[in-house]
Amino acid sequence: MGDIAIRVENISKRYRIGLKEQAHDTFMGALADLVRQPLKNLKNLRRLTSFDDNSDDSDDVIWALRDVSFEMEVGEVLGVVGKNGAGKSTLLKILSKITGPTYGRASIRGRIAALLEVGTGFHPELTGRENIYLNGSILGMTKREIDLKFDEIVSFAEVEKFIDTPVKRYSSGMRVRLAFAVAAHLEPEILLVDEVLAVGDVAFQRKCLGKMDDVSSEGRTVIFVSHNMGAVSRLCHRGIFFDEGRVMAVGPIDTVIEQYTSHVLDKTQDYAFTPDPAKPIQFTRFQILNEKGEVSTYIDRLEDTVFELEYIVRRKIDGAAVRIMLDGIDGTLICRSADMDWAPGHYIVREPGIYRSRVVLPGKILNTGAFQLRLIINKIGVVYDRQGPFYFDLSDKGTFFSLGGPRGKARPGLMAPEIVKWETAKVGNGRGDN
Amino acid sequence: MTIDDKSVGSTDGKSKRAVTVNVIKPASGWAAIRLGEFLEYIELLYFFTWRDIKILYKQTILGFTWAIINPLFQMIVFSVVFGRLARIDSDGVPYPIFSYTALIPWTFFATALTFSSVSLVSGANMIGKIYFPRIVLPLASTLAKLVDFFISFFFLAILMLYYGITPTWNALALPLLVLIMVFCASGAGIWLSALSVQYRDIKHANHFVVQILMYSAPVVWPVSKVPEQYRLVYGLYPMAGVIEGFRSSLIGTTPMPWDLIAVGGVSATLIFISGLFFFYRMERYFADVA
Repeated sequence: MGDIAIRVENISKRYRIGLKEQAHDTFMGALADLVRQPLKNLKNLRRLTSFDDNSDDSDDVIWALRDVSFEMEVGEVLGVVGKNGAGKSTLLKILSKITGPTYGRASIRGRIAALLEVGTGFHPELTGRENIYLNGSILGMTKREIDLKFDEIVSFAEVEKFIDTPVKRYSSGMRVRLAFAVAAHLEPEILLVDEVLAVGDVAFQRKCLGKMDDVSSEGRTVIFVSHNMGAVSRLCHRGIFFDEGRVMAVGPIDTVIEQYTSHVLDKTQDYAFTPDPAKPIQFTRFQILNEKGEVSTYIDRLEDTVFELEYIVRRKIDGAAVRIMLDGIDGTLICRSADMDWAPGHYIVREPGIYRSRVVLPGKILNTGAFQLRLIINKIGVVYDRQGPFYFDLSDKGTFFSLGGPRGKARPGLMAPEIVKWETAKVGNGRGDN
Repeated sequence: MTIDDKSVGSTDGKSKRAVTVNVIKPASGWAAIRLGEFLEYIELLYFFTWRDIKILYKQTILGFTWAIINPLFQMIVFSVVFGRLARIDSDGVPYPIFSYTALIPWTFFATALTFSSVSLVSGANMIGKIYFPRIVLPLASTLAKLVDFFISFFFLAILMLYYGITPTWNALALPLLVLIMVFCASGAGIWLSALSVQYRDIKHANHFVVQILMYSAPVVWPVSKVPEQYRLVYGLYPMAGVIEGFRSSLIGTTPMPWDLIAVGGVSATLIFISGLFFFYRMERYFADVA
């Protein structure tokens, strides 16, 4: 021990995001654009692969990583934590050679394998058997290695009966199990894993966890990226905490998790708004609270989320509504709600004064992820005040099993409600046609 | 990015196995063509080729018969339009077999080019998630089309029996022609696949470019139409020598066009090698841009 497996020195990575479009407002302008646009497009597309033409602080350039340096010893398991977009995945992509750094260098001793996704290269038309060979060889196994491990992979994935069925006929659970099984049988000296571990049902997750334990106890060097603090603290020795592309902390895993959590909670979700006496009614304060009444960006999705808003009424107002607008981070509309929904006759007369509303969004309805909330006070034809968007995250911090578990991240969709009930009863013996 | 692979002895003393050290650093300008790394991944080339062959005719009724149907129907159309109506000279052999013999290498070239030029874009998800030498993708797409090529070749044998035509001894040169054909198709495919990662125009232009390439190749007309003084310049188009070579060796229309084949072989090699250099230069952007 004591040998350095990975040494990262001042790695930076620059990306160019979105190509800005200029709108034209006349027909002739649009016509002229038909001619001009190809040239402009060419310039924009060329810029995707060249950065020389402008300075670094141009507004469509972002630094996914900035001056990242760290070392890892052989056999160490490093947990990488940070919010979405902090640069965790970019780091793995650079270390696994998927993309190159803009500056800096890294040296890696040993055969490396990266799992940024389960089932990369799976083809739905191919059978389970064929996909094992294809996926295995994409992950860097030789045909001989796959031959040797084939039976083990199939029984780990529990798909023996369907091994010669095209994968498109598999249930999503089976597909994920097969994909993970192939990945789990990789034997690199260094393994990079990006939150792909716990997939499938609880029993299978337990198996994956066991496999990960094996990997780390076999003395392999592992970098593990996850949002799941339970899994990170269980599997990793050391941690590294990223924010906006920079390393904020490196050290023993528990210390790093503590720093990370407090950093996230420091981002206050308590907003005060500048008073404007011209407005007859106006928001003065807004807070996002967890079930315990603490101000928090990270909220357990199994618990209630509380939006506490205060507004001042300066002059008597009839018939206005105080509303919240809840959307997904991509703008997908989730729901709209107003205080007058609850008022008798759906009509409120507001006398001057300061008011406080608590809006409770019950737990176990929204899925994990980031959401945005906007506030508005209006009545037909008049907008008195608006604020936001405010962002908040719902997480499923709980245990290793809850990550991507039955109601966790692996499920797509903005909602993961428990009100969808299943009741199944045996209604026949299955023999004969009735 | 540049990767220096070198092996050094393990320092922990317990294991005698050499340890690979990868150095990752920013790259600029022309990159080396990493042949050693490519050879390490040769099995992946095999698996991708095999995948492309497997999935091509999945869930079709006619399966690999399609490999014959496509050139066959083109042959019928060409025979009616160019053979009957336009009465294009076919070097003294029946027009159907004249055009079918050309359509075998041509169909390979056209489908391989189309298929490999989109290979990186359709594999974009994979490229963003795992590292392997990207060159494997367009090469596999080209190689997979060889299956269709051999099947349609088989059908030519039946046509030749029907017309009572025997191949000449020059048919022994066919492997060389096939090699030039593969070099030309994969070379052009490598160029276009790397370009289309950044410029999706390639995908839209593909259809008519292939059309233009076909009419400029001696598919529906014989090379004897090309004025003598331009013959060698025309030979720079590698498919000219390949197609004419197929005709001469199999149905004996003209003497073997060794001049065209030699010039075409050189230019196919140049297309291939320049394609490789371009590809390895652009490769570092694929994951970010695709």
